[in-house]
Amino acid sequence: MQKMILALVLLITMEASAQNDKYTQVMLKNIALLDSAKSIDELQSLAGNFERIGDAEKTKWLPYYYAALAQTWVGWSPATKDKDANAAKIKAYLDKAEAIEKNAELYAVENMAATQQMLMDPQTRWATNGKDASVALQNGLKIDPNNPRLYYLQGMSLFNTPPQFGGGKDKAKPVFQKSLDLYKSATPQPLAPKWGQKQTEDMLAQCQ
Amino acid sequence: MKPKMIGDKMTVLLTALFFLTGLFFTGGLAAQTTVSGTVKDPKGHPVRGASISIKDSYDGAVSDSLGAFHFSSADKGTFTISVSNIGYNPYEQPITLGGGPVVLHFVIKEQLSELKAVTITAGSFTAGDAKRGAVLSSLDVATTAGSNADITAALKTLPGAQQVGEQEGLFVRGGAGYEAKQYIDGTLVNNPYYSSVPDIAQRGRFSPFLFKGTVFSTGGYSALYGQALSSVVLLESIDLPEKSEVDASISPIVLGVGTQQLSSNKRSSYGFSYNYVNVGLYFKAVKQIPDYFQMPQFHNGDANFRIKTKNGGIIKYYTTFAYSNLGLRRQDWDSLNYKDAFSLTNHNWYNNLSWREYLNNGWKMDLGASYSTNLDNIGQQLQDAFNRPKSFADSIFWMNGKQFGIDQRQDLSQIKAVFDKKLGGISSIRFGSEYMYAYNYQKFRSPVYPTMDSMYKFKDNFNAVFAESDIFLTNELAAKLGVRYEHSSVINKSDIAPRVSLAYKTGPEAQVSLAYGIFYQKPENSQLFYTTNVGFTKATHYIINYQKMSKDRIFRLEAYYKKYEDLIKTVPVNYFYSTFNNSGSGYAKGIELFWRDKKTIKDFDYWVSYSYLDTKRDYLNYTAQLMPSFAATHTASLVMKKFFTKIKSGVNLTYSYATGRPYYNFMLNNGAGGTKYNLAESGKTKDFNALNFSAEYVPGIGKAKAKSFLVLFASVSNVLGYNAVYGYNFSYSGLYKQAIVPPANRFYFIGCFISWGVDRSQDAINNNL
Repeated sequence: MQKMILALVLLITMEASAQNDKYTQVMLKNIALLDSAKSIDELQSLAGNFERIGDAEKTKWLPYYYAALAQTWVGWSPATKDKDANAAKIKAYLDKAEAIEKNAELYAVENMAATQQMLMDPQTRWATNGKDASVALQNGLKIDPNNPRLYYLQGMSLFNTPPQFGGGKDKAKPVFQKSLDLYKSATPQPLAPKWGQKQTEDMLAQCQ
Repeated sequence: MKPKMIGDKMTVLLTALFFLTGLFFTGGLAAQTTVSGTVKDPKGHPVRGASISIKDSYDGAVSDSLGAFHFSSADKGTFTISVSNIGYNPYEQPITLGGGPVVLHFVIKEQLSELKAVTITAGSFTAGDAKRGAVLSSLDVATTAGSNADITAALKTLPGAQQVGEQEGLFVRGGAGYEAKQYIDGTLVNNPYYSSVPDIAQRGRFSPFLFKGTVFSTGGYSALYGQALSSVVLLESIDLPEKSEVDASISPIVLGVGTQQLSSNKRSSYGFSYNYVNVGLYFKAVKQIPDYFQMPQFHNGDANFRIKTKNGGIIKYYTTFAYSNLGLRRQDWDSLNYKDAFSLTNHNWYNNLSWREYLNNGWKMDLGASYSTNLDNIGQQLQDAFNRPKSFADSIFWMNGKQFGIDQRQDLSQIKAVFDKKLGGISSIRFGSEYMYAYNYQKFRSPVYPTMDSMYKFKDNFNAVFAESDIFLTNELAAKLGVRYEHSSVINKSDIAPRVSLAYKTGPEAQVSLAYGIFYQKPENSQLFYTTNVGFTKATHYIINYQKMSKDRIFRLEAYYKKYEDLIKTVPVNYFYSTFNNSGSGYAKGIELFWRDKKTIKDFDYWVSYSYLDTKRDYLNYTAQLMPSFAATHTASLVMKKFFTKIKSGVNLTYSYATGRPYYNFMLNNGAGGTKYNLAESGKTKDFNALNFSAEYVPGIGKAKAKSFLVLFASVSNVLGYNAVYGYNFSYSGLYKQAIVPPANRFYFIGCFISWGVDRSQDAINNNL
């Protein structure tokens, strides 16, 4: 009898971990696809996959985070003309994620979405979208002052601002360096965001 | 052994369980249901990026660029499949899985969206920083060469406005200056300009930096506004400032200090400023044609507070007080031996209180109240070569007629309420009412004929109710229908003014708009002093507009026809006294073009305006329908702005051109038919040209977190020194005419603006990056 109980307990825990495993497996598979995705349709479809995982799981922010991230990669594509509409999609995913947990990684995506909108017309959007982007960055750094991706984004903003307006390579370089140091010392969890180290290294090379 | 046995059994059991659990999540693999299909909009265009999902499962797909999708699911039974995409109405339907492949063709409808929807642009130029469709920002106003930060002067570079240099005001599409009105936060401004000086245009009282948005309507405007036959300028004041700051302006002409204080919770602010303008030094350095015996000086003070309310509304109060005086002598046009001496003292106090609040259920409320009082003390005298007063015999009464004193006051109190309700989607209705109480008097004194001393005054209770609705049939087609009822007690007349406009989007950036409306306006104070037995003047507008607007370029083409009825006509009684009736009439028609381009050349922004105007009117002392003396057939402006990032400086050039304007001499004759005007002489002035230049140096650009911020500004109006002639003043005899010319050929300005506590460079970047 004891054995039967033991067996049942085992069965139940295994079933539960199998469920978890299913989530982990599906997430890992989609994250791998996201890392290799090239076309807008692929990214778009991955954003949809992550959203469905999030909707089914209901208590996990990571699927929505990755949905937002995939949508952000769509936004960086020059083929995506209407960044406002794309940013609205990113925002919708972020809202769902933030309802579960508000953290620095989400602010990093928010920063990119606002930056994409700002770049459509920097002259007039500096004060609105540009401000949103910098507020998101500041908020993120408040929560997690050691997030390498936030420093990478801060570096990008400085790198792309003309020296006359307080930006430039010289200003960006130490920020990229700090970002890279943080990447090197980080030990990310299996599903946690880990993108950005390669980009930071590339940018740092450009600052030399 | 026992343990081994147990171990063996366990292994078997575990293996069995493993298979079992394995079956739980892989068992369905054999019986996958494929779901495929398309997502399209009602017009049959594929919708890309729509998310199709089986609710509460991982299964689903995203539509591709052809609108197609495909996925498989292991589930069996009845589920809900949903289709969603930002900007579209979501769609759900039941789906049965497990019974073979499912093919579904979804049609989803685009949501009506304010960002995508068409806006009505006929007759209206929206200027502002935030609004889409912005044509000019407040920095554009400041950096338009020749404007010297005067809103009206900058608006004159837009099509529809005439280049009138001898009178303040906007002369729009065959309309006189007083037929254009200014509103701040919804309420009418009674004295938007500094008090008139004969033949010298005065500036507007309000700085462009007070406002976040400006709409310059050249016709066909909303039913929320009235009492302007040709045009309204709608100014919306800024909300809370971004930071606390102290600022100062220093120039040989003006000295000013001011502050804005933002509360630490960023929910409220207050501010005040003062400036003193004295052109004495400047007039000593730069010769003026008139001889100023009292150098123009202006004291201006203002104060404000702004409070954000809980629901995102805002309460704003702004008050400004101004005192000014000046005195100047010019050659008299009846006799070369004498001079006309004109003096003016003005007191003006303006108050505006507004409250915008968002109520429940999509209601929005805008309340506004304002009070203003304006007092002018005017003196007019004939002086001899030694600047001594001179009087004449009764037989040359027209000379004595040029000696008088006038004290006049205009008070206006008003309240206005507008309620706005969103009707499902983005359509909305709004309605409201306004009430104005005006008190005006004019005291006339004649030192020569004491019997002519008189006091004219009247009060007016003016009411209006209005309703308007914005109807969006689709994102491509919108209509605005409005009606306005007005009643004025002083003339005891009412009117009903309908307004209709339509807009249709013809392409992603292009649209066509139509506008029609009837506009009424009360006769002017100077007429109502003499008779109240008059009615509203009336104009009917028909406008068609085509606009193509992308991020950095705007192209507009507009044609219009305007019909004037019941214009005020002067009925002369004798040389000194006239009465008025509504027997005037007229028309205006024209074509206007606007092109602005910030894209073609980097850091270079330019716009071109052209107006063709064909107008005639029979009004005041005109003897027939004639082209009015403020109208030019062709008017054009070219405005250019270039910013040099390296040297942190910008240069701006404006070239304005207008063909000659007609001038008339209407002489009063006592003939057989009684006292009436005859057209004694008419002609056309030469063409008008002006090239204006300004430059700014902004050393603080890009210095992040700078404690102070400096702007150096310099400008020269009419660089080439072109001799403008605006018209002629005729002698009593009609034998001599004196050209109306600007007081000096060129105007120079140099100034320095400093602010502490806030980095204004953001503004400069916005404008010039």
